[in-house]
Amino acid sequence: MSEKAFGFRTRALHAGTPPDESTGARALPLHLTTSFVFDSTEHAAELFALRTYGNIYTRIGNPTVAAFEEKLASLEGGLGAVATASGLAAQLVAVLSLAQAGDHLVASANLYGGTVTQFSVTLKRMGIETTFVPAGDPEGVRGALRENTRAVFVETIGNPSGNVADLEALAAIAHGAGVPLVVDNTFATPFLCRPIEFGADVVVHSATKFIGGHGTVLGGALVESGRFPWSAGKHVLLSTPSPGYHGLNFVETFGEYAFLTRARAEVLRDVGAAISPMNAWLMVQGLETLALRMPQHVANARAVAAFLRGREEVAWVAYADLPDSPERERAAKYLPLGAGSVFTFGLRGGREAGRAFIEALELWSHLANVGDAKSLVIHPASTTHQQLSDEQLVAAGVGPEMVRLSVGLEDVDDLLWDLERGLAAAARAAEVRA
Amino acid sequence: MILETAAERRALLDRSRTVAMVGASANPTRPSYFVFSFLRTRGKLDVTPINPAIAAIDGVRAYPSLAAYAAERGAPDIVDVFRRPDDAPQVAREAIAAGAKAIWFQYGVINDEAIRLADEAGLDVVVDRCLKVESARFDGGLALGGLNTGVVTARRRVR
Repeated sequence: MSEKAFGFRTRALHAGTPPDESTGARALPLHLTTSFVFDSTEHAAELFALRTYGNIYTRIGNPTVAAFEEKLASLEGGLGAVATASGLAAQLVAVLSLAQAGDHLVASANLYGGTVTQFSVTLKRMGIETTFVPAGDPEGVRGALRENTRAVFVETIGNPSGNVADLEALAAIAHGAGVPLVVDNTFATPFLCRPIEFGADVVVHSATKFIGGHGTVLGGALVESGRFPWSAGKHVLLSTPSPGYHGLNFVETFGEYAFLTRARAEVLRDVGAAISPMNAWLMVQGLETLALRMPQHVANARAVAAFLRGREEVAWVAYADLPDSPERERAAKYLPLGAGSVFTFGLRGGREAGRAFIEALELWSHLANVGDAKSLVIHPASTTHQQLSDEQLVAAGVGPEMVRLSVGLEDVDDLLWDLERGLAAAARAAEVRA
Repeated sequence: MILETAAERRALLDRSRTVAMVGASANPTRPSYFVFSFLRTRGKLDVTPINPAIAAIDGVRAYPSLAAYAAERGAPDIVDVFRRPDDAPQVAREAIAAGAKAIWFQYGVINDEAIRLADEAGLDVVVDRCLKVESARFDGGLALGGLNTGVVTARRRVR
């Protein structure tokens, strides 16, 4: 084998997907099977005791899923990955690998609304409490840390506010308190930012977005760096005997692989939120072209943002890539190739203008997703974030005039043509209202 | 020679046949048992416990010392060390005396003197790595766990 350090594009094509050992198939085989036969009773016993590697049941692992996991881990610069049914499932598996009832998390207040409710409703019911802190305030994170805090959770690029996390500062604060930094890197993808290079310990993804890239299937994953000192004492789930595995101490037995082994063999096993091999296979096809798609997403997003900035119907544009964005400095540091292609803007005329704008669009798809090859649009206050209280809406930076765009790969002139029509409709609605 | 790269570790595993495991435990929750059991059932390497406190593990006879192993079985290709770092120099001396070709210090078994002794005596030395993990890295086992093996190749693996 070669010792060469292969580049991102090469690894996107080859990492985790060598030619199939048994058939020589060049493309990744799709193993649509629930289960795998054992060689012998002894082999079965070794597998169930985690003493040997191999497949048992697709809820825990599958060769097609493993190929996706290894490819993503390689691209993020991690030790390994665990794929899940969705991005929310990845977050749940990550949190339950770190925390239990009585524990505490510190999270950005500017997270995706679904994440806010997962943390503030479902995890809270399970006895895990979260303190939300404004994303731009690393010192606020320091102040929110408690003795029972088990992780700090942020998004590389906040959804939908577009803030860019100061990953290095947050990692230093988290590590100072003996807890890992968990980063949702969905909006950046490993092509635009690799949080582990800035000190993050666990990266989570909704692979449903840019990784899959085509809006076809759901999936998620967590990636771990392999660098966090789990034995240091705060994470007793990893460093004390597990009742789920006959008193196994994951740190002692698996060393740097402790977190990933437990996340898969105990948490994913028991939560059951496994990804379909079919979906993992499609994620691999998506990752192969990630490095081609992301620059085009960014180029189109920049053109759309510049267009909107020049329009009087538009009150503001919150794209971290814009030269006068308050996020610009952090974007230049953490996202030098571009701040992704999801951002928000505000229409003059508020809620009615927003409604008229969306109703007038022909080419932009009105739906609740981002990261499709096709351009998408939504009005968060009436959709993705409607379950948040007014207080949470303000904390998340979502106003009634806000429209979120996910800029796709169409001809940019066509996208601007359509936006022009939407803005004209918005202006008419604003006039009627005035 | 201290083996720093994955390719060097792979070559060591490919050319080795016998492993003498110092500090092997019969307790099924101990890390050394995981490695022993993995290597025994995988069957590529002939693994033998070195532990004066036990007679055998899973039917594989244990030897009380590396010297006793070498007297009967000859020099081991690899001495795999599951001992406290402070004990490592003594194990290194015994491995050198037994004619071992390589010494492998498991996770956390880090001792500069032991490394230097073995290196100067001409043994191949692997430090702070797991023999099970590295074996699985190259035979596809690790990849089945969604772990980043670092293996990038368009060649079909031949077992």
